[in-house]
Order: sequence, then C-alpha cells, then structure tokens
Amino acid sequence: MTPRVRGGLRLDANKARSTRSPLRSASVPAELILPLDQHAGAPARPIVQPGEAVLLGQPIAEPHGDISAWLHSPVSGRVAAIEPREVPYRVDPAQSIVIANDGRDARFAQPAVDYRAMSEGELRAHIARGGIVGLGGATFPTEPKLSRSNVASDRHLLLNGAECEPWISCDDMLMRERAGDVILGARILRQAIGATKCTIAIEDDIPLAAAALRAALDYQDDIAISVQHDIYPAGGERQLILAVMGREVPSGGLPADIGIVVQNVGTAAAVARWFRDGEPLISRIVTITGSGVREATNLEARLGTPIAALIADCGGYAQEAQQLIMGGSMMGLGLTSDSLPLVKATNCVIVAANADLQPRGVEMPCIRCGDCAEVCPASLLPQQLHWHARDQNLGALLQLGLMDCIECGCCDYVCPSQIPLTQQFRIAKIPVSSELQARSDASAARARYEARNERLLRIEQEQRERLEAKRRQLTGRKQ
Amino acid sequence: MVVALLITAALAAASLGAILLWLQPRQTGEAALVERLNDLLPQTQCRRCTFDGCRPYATAIARGEAGTNQCPPGGEATAVALAHLLRREPRSVDPQFGVMPAYPAVAVIDEATCIGCTKCIQACPVDAIVGGSKFMHTVIAADCTGCELCIPPCPVDCIDMQPAPAGMQRLPPPVATAG
Repeated sequence: MTPRVRGGLRLDANKARSTRSPLRSASVPAELILPLDQHAGAPARPIVQPGEAVLLGQPIAEPHGDISAWLHSPVSGRVAAIEPREVPYRVDPAQSIVIANDGRDARFAQPAVDYRAMSEGELRAHIARGGIVGLGGATFPTEPKLSRSNVASDRHLLLNGAECEPWISCDDMLMRERAGDVILGARILRQAIGATKCTIAIEDDIPLAAAALRAALDYQDDIAISVQHDIYPAGGERQLILAVMGREVPSGGLPADIGIVVQNVGTAAAVARWFRDGEPLISRIVTITGSGVREATNLEARLGTPIAALIADCGGYAQEAQQLIMGGSMMGLGLTSDSLPLVKATNCVIVAANADLQPRGVEMPCIRCGDCAEVCPASLLPQQLHWHARDQNLGALLQLGLMDCIECGCCDYVCPSQIPLTQQFRIAKIPVSSELQARSDASAARARYEARNERLLRIEQEQRERLEAKRRQLTGRKQ
Repeated sequence: MVVALLITAALAAASLGAILLWLQPRQTGEAALVERLNDLLPQTQCRRCTFDGCRPYATAIARGEAGTNQCPPGGEATAVALAHLLRREPRSVDPQFGVMPAYPAVAVIDEATCIGCTKCIQACPVDAIVGGSKFMHTVIAADCTGCELCIPPCPVDCIDMQPAPAGMQRLPPPVATAG
C-alpha cells in the first residue's frame, strides 16, 4: 500500500527565493512586545511588575490553567509596561508585556540539563518551563500535547517537516543549518512520551535538508526519515499521519488516540536548545518573503520584534509591496500594520505584491461542479457545507463534519465561482462550536440533575429506614 | 387455485406481522420516546414548563399531557424539533411559560449580603451552588443553567441574574499546523 494525501493541490512553490541566502540573525529592537495569549489556550499571567529589571531568558509570565505556556524575556532590560497592544492573530488588542531593551543581552542563569537521566514526567515538566509551544503555526503548548499521549500504548513520535505552504521555508532552512538540533530535540521528545519509534517527515522538494538530517543522524537508525510528495496540505497533522503511516485519526479525536504525537521540527529544535543551552523559547526562525520585499530570506528573530524591523533587515519594502500576510498564502492572516510584533506563531511574513496574489473575481452562485470535494484533504463536501452554512443549519453542518475542516483553502482555490468557502466555514464554525458546547453543557447539567434526584431519593429512603428502626426500638422498650 | 390461496394467505400473514412489528414499539416504547424527547430538551431543569424538570416534561409530552411549545430556554428550535419528532405541526413557544433574556444568563450571589441559609443550595436542580450553613454561598458559573429557581427562596434577595462570563473572543485559530 502506498499511503498518500487525499485530495490536495500541487501548488507552484515560491520557496526558492527565500532559501538563496543563509539563515541570519535579525537585529534586536529597542522595544519588544510580548502578548500574554500568543499560544493556544488560556493567557499567561505576568510575574513581573512594570519598571522591574529583567534578564535575557528570565520567566516573565507563568501559565494559567491546563493549557497555557510560560513566557520569557527575549532580551535584558526593563519592563516598560504591561498593557493592551495590537497583535497579529486577533482583532482586539491583547494584554502584553513591553520590554525596553538595554542592549547588553545579560543572561538569566539557567543550567543545561541532561535529558538521558530524566523520567518522562520530569522531561515534560522541564519542556513546559521552557515556554515551548508548537511552532508550526498553531502554537498549542507542547507539554499538554505530550501529556495527552499517555492514553495509548505503542507510541510513535512524528516530526513534521513537511512545509507544504508554497512560500514558507523556515523549517527547510532550520533542517539545513541546524539538523543536529532537530535530531537532539526528537530524541528528547521521544523519551518524554515514552515512544519507541520516531519518524521525521519531509517533502521531496528539499533535498539539502534531507541530506543534512541524514548527516546529523550519522548512520544511527533510531530515527526514520520519510520523504513525502510535495502536495498541499501534506503538512496538516491528520494528512501527514495518513500519508506517512496510512492511519486515519478519528473525527473528533486526536492523534494521541491512535498513539501518535506530531510535533513540528522547529518545536524539536527549540526543545534541544532549552535542554542543551538553557535557552527558553525566546526566538524563532521566520521567512520574510514576497515580491514586495527587497531580499527575501529567513531570519532568526527575537519574539516581540516589530515586523517593520524584520522587513528593514531584509532591505525594506520594494515598490510593488501591496499587502502583508502572516503565515502562508493559503492559510495566513492579513496584517493591518507592520508595527505588530513577531509572536511564537509567526513562521512567515509575506510582503505580497499584486502579482503574488491570486486575483479574486466576483462571487458567483455555486454550480455544484464538485471540484471542491475532489481536492478536500479531509474528505468533506464543501459544496454541501456551503449550502448549509448559508442556511445556518447547524445540525446539518455538524453531520457533514464541518468541525473536521482544517481550513486549508484548497476548495477556495479551485472554486470556479470564486466563492470564499474557507472564510464561510471559519465563520460557520463559531455557532457550530457553541452548539456543540451547548450540547455538552446540557448533558453535564442532565447528569448533575439525575445525580441530585438519586441522592435526594436515597436520603429520603435512609431517613425512612432510620425512623422505622427508631419506632421498632421504642415499641420494643415498651413491651 | 390452492397455490394462489396459499400465496394470498402468506402475504396477509406477512403484512399483519409487519403491522404488528410497526405497532409494537409504539405501544411499549414510551420510555424510548421519553428518552428521545428528553435529548432534545436543553436540560436547564428550570420548570418553566410547569413540570419538575426536563425529563418529567418529556414524560408528559410522551403521554400527551403537555404541548411541544412549553420550553422557553429551548426556544423555537426546540419547539420545532419536538413537534418534528412527534410528526405534529410545530407551534411557537407560548410566552405564558416565560420569556428568556436575550443573552445567556447565570445566577450571581452577592456574597456580602448572603447570610448562609442554604435555601438556594437546596433549590438548585443541578448542584451548581456551593457553601455551608452560616457560611457564604457562591454559584459555580460554569455549571449554572440559568433556571432562576434559586431566586425566590433567598430570604435576603441577594441573588441576581447576570450575563454569563464570555469565553475568549478570539479569531478561530487555524486548526492544523499545515506548515
């Protein structure tokens, strides 16, 4: 059996323009903005006060709730403010810690640790303290994701190096230049979930990265490298599992349910740096590309750096610059301003010129051609979802698996009627997920109501029995 | 002739069997019907329908003792779903059973005024209020169904309905890490 991606598209790759020059460090700005909710889950809580001096790598906010993450200062300096700031990933401003850089990069003392001597629990706790979150773009905190893997036995760690978005090359550059970090991180993560097997999946269009990984492995065969066809969206978590292992994650379930944990290669490298060098997640590699920037390249930038500074590091805007996109051209978000900070999720900034963007025509009625269903990697029927999304028919949307939509944008791309399907689905997911929430709330309320009724019955029964016993005792005494 | 008669008899027996099979769940399936009706109810347990909770209301509908339009928290969607299940003409929720606020509401106890009488705890149908005798009580907002049953028993009138704490107003994040 040759497992492969279902549906999907072959897109023209635009990766080469940002991989011509080697990875370099971005300049460090005078002021860095660190939103407290830049990871999935609950926002972190600040543990520093405005005016307090901080060191590079010092924790400045702690996780709050089950799914949350630590945040560390990317520079040494002073906390200038803790206030709402504009952020790239949501509409309204997010509470952020603003750090004024003193330019000295004085480090917070954090010893390196040897992972080989640590238990699974210790490893996961240490990973959490490093502020490590998924760097593929979804920023799900790594520790809770690893901990969930406990539910299944025979675990398999799958490292995602399949960078399928046509413009992004940060993982390609990472694997080319820091393959050793990826391999070390893979071994730490594998031990942290007690897995025996580990596979790194990459696409077939990055031979240099593949060679670097093989060299870093140095003929050790504890980690397999799986080369996949370059099809968008091969790098989707579920798509990758299907392609590499031929196994399907159940709808509404998690990869952990079938014993698989997927982590991005960038996350593995961040874990390696945290264990080996004592450096928490304070920087990341970001692709700055598009026809609107003079020298497209990959930069290693501190979190909180304004996007304008990154673009300036790449020679500034070209004349054609039209639009800023964070993330890829298929799944990215439009940015309103270049003063927004780089966050843990920022894998790519596209400074798009008109020529880079697929022109969108006027939306026409659906002709039910079915092209969208052909390309849907989640095997959904976008034409039906479109119908019911317009109707707000939540029951039908749930039944047709709207929540399994990975928002990859393939249906949009092929739609001859230029219907913005993905956008519709994103919006439709809001009432559908509140409907799901209402259903689970209702079943919890029902369970509590029934438990209470049982308890009341039991208490009444017990009281009746006690009364009966007392009566018997009294009549017995009389006799 | 004999063959034709036999065939007719067989067909009649078969169709009689089918009719009996079709009738059977209707006669003995009241419990199943109650279950299906109850599944459609919002489980607020608010008694606005005049019954002692969602299941008792479902039982009354199944027995033909209540209409399908008596659940204000479920709103039109529930009224339609109940009528649909019973293959009846849907009817709008009758306002005599109460009108819901436009937003999801939860009970909030003014903790400074609360005297710790435990009356609200006893009234709560879903065990969403915690506290001890002569100690302050509080509502677990996440478990409160907004039934308002705790309000009348309070001797110091310290319970108020307020909009439910909103979840995070965030752009739906990309679900997959299609890097």
